[in-house]
Amino acid sequence: MTEQKQMNSIPAMSGEGLKRLVLIVEDEFVNRELLNAYLEQDYEILCAETGVEAMRLIYEKSETLSLVLLDLNLPGMNGLDILREIKKDIDLSRIPVIVLTSDAESEVESLSSGASDFIPKPYPRYEIIQARVRRSIELSENRDLIRWTERDHLTGLYNREYFYRYAEQYDVFHRDEATDALVVDVSHFRLINERFGKAYADEILKRIGSELLAIVKETGGIVCRREADTFQVYCPHMADYRSVAERVTDAACGDARGRVRIRIGVCSEVDKASDIERHFDHAKSAADTIRNSFTESVAIYNDELRDKEVYAERLLEDFRDALEQKQFLVYYQPKYHILSPQPRLCGAEALVRWKHPEFGLVSPGRFIPLFESNGLIRDLDNYVWRETAAQIRRWKDHPGRAVPVSVNVSRVDMLDPELTDTLRLIVEENGLDFGDLHLETTESAYTENFEQIIQTVARLRALGFKIEMDDFGSGYSSLNMITKLPFDVLKLDMEFIRTAFSENGNTGILKIMLDIADYLSVPMIAEGVETESQMLTLKELGCDIAQGYYFARPMPADAFGSLLAGSAD
Amino acid sequence: MLTVENLRAWGANVDEALVRCLNNESFYLRLVNKALLDPSFDKLAETVSSGDLEQGFDLAHSLKGVCANLALTPICRPIEQITELLRSRTDTDYTALLEEIGSKRSQLIDLL
Repeated sequence: MTEQKQMNSIPAMSGEGLKRLVLIVEDEFVNRELLNAYLEQDYEILCAETGVEAMRLIYEKSETLSLVLLDLNLPGMNGLDILREIKKDIDLSRIPVIVLTSDAESEVESLSSGASDFIPKPYPRYEIIQARVRRSIELSENRDLIRWTERDHLTGLYNREYFYRYAEQYDVFHRDEATDALVVDVSHFRLINERFGKAYADEILKRIGSELLAIVKETGGIVCRREADTFQVYCPHMADYRSVAERVTDAACGDARGRVRIRIGVCSEVDKASDIERHFDHAKSAADTIRNSFTESVAIYNDELRDKEVYAERLLEDFRDALEQKQFLVYYQPKYHILSPQPRLCGAEALVRWKHPEFGLVSPGRFIPLFESNGLIRDLDNYVWRETAAQIRRWKDHPGRAVPVSVNVSRVDMLDPELTDTLRLIVEENGLDFGDLHLETTESAYTENFEQIIQTVARLRALGFKIEMDDFGSGYSSLNMITKLPFDVLKLDMEFIRTAFSENGNTGILKIMLDIADYLSVPMIAEGVETESQMLTLKELGCDIAQGYYFARPMPADAFGSLLAGSAD
Repeated sequence: MLTVENLRAWGANVDEALVRCLNNESFYLRLVNKALLDPSFDKLAETVSSGDLEQGFDLAHSLKGVCANLALTPICRPIEQITELLRSRTDTDYTALLEEIGSKRSQLIDLL
């Protein structure tokens, strides 16, 4: 039962006319009659004479039952077994149970098994029984109200906010104990939601919650649902969490083995003097490093990861200054037409470099994915477009010649309704032709808002921009889709060239790609060409244009200007 | 006819039992009546005589609670004794205790 249901199930206080439901589980008529006589005025009473009947009623009335009065000595099923079954079930465990017993020894066992209270036999004065029943129900309802605010309603675990409070409490009592902060994540949970529906996905989350709770009951510690498909555990230090990951995975999958992949990020032996939330953020960072791994289920937050994060944080901090101070440099990698007898310079690709005042030349591999993940890439792309357009203008003026330069247009740029106007203005302000600027986009840009992007690209082409489809064949391609996309040039993914020319490679696949370009009547550009023999093979296969270290590395504008001057017809 | 006075004369702690029965004499007498006719008494004698001490304990334990609640003191004493012996599965001769329980019960049944 969810917490919402629990809240709805709390009957109004007796003064408001509704009676709470109490189940008396007692096989002896006399005892049953006595309890019934004490309680019937204030409560709605249900009776069960056997354990089996009791469990049936408890499950049936789990949402409305306020209390169980449980005799321990029952035919068929021991009262303590019933108590344990109630307390281990996440939906039933909220129901308070008062044990009825004539054995003093059973009282301790009952209380430690989860009983709220006990009533001895022979029964004490009936007012005492009435008071104990009333008190147990009140305590349980107050606890439900507290749970409602501090618990996650789906799994019944603490919510994140209260978790941190309890973690602080935990530290008070375990000040000198080595403690780990864990983030437990479900890899690609969104897909489970989409494939199997929300109800199934919720069931998976409940299973994970139950298993984590069972684990911390064994090891010590506390657990919460952090958000969506992410859980947090704060527990005594363990050397290896692979068995925990395995256990949670098994519980989450149930009979559908392999359907759910769990990953655990660990911030090991946390510094209790520093902010606890940071430890969990670190654990989350560690977990995210193995998001796409099918072999790793546990990742530890370590110095390397910390340095990487600190570095990324610095780059983000410095981004605005870098733009203003023009620390981003645009390099140009020449493109050569290779079907002519001698390769002929026919274009360039603009590639951005960051000359950081402290870190030196920062690789685009470090900052492009970072800026892509938070939208800053739009500002960077915009900067590169403007710098490139201004540079083409300068080349047109001196040495008086220019070639088309392709610039990157990221997926997020494609969704910008102002994109066409922005690019048009840049071209116009610099007195260029639209054909001077080629726009490189990837197939992945088309995976969302397909129709909107097709329209944007159509408008750009109508103006005269050329569209280069970058990284063709790198993963998202479907032949069906490629025929629907409007573009003017196909750029073959660099990996294709590497693989085709590797030791066991086969250039047959290149031929197929070139046939596709031919079928679509667009030229093909091969990236990453490193040797003469690669160039000659591509030429032989009919590839139009090539770029790569064989011809030239990306170079500063001045150097490219010289190249332009030297290659004048 | 079973009355509160009969029970008191027999040895029941009627005052205690009546408090437990909301000071309702007829309710008390109805419950005593029901308890005396409880087949568990006969089953207890059978199972213990046949050597099934485990089931014997369950029956004795239940009867102990019922008799105590009704303050049937003369029966409570032997029932408590037999319950404790059966709890530890003591291999002994239970005849005397069973007879005592049976005779005290019969004294009241005769009044019904």
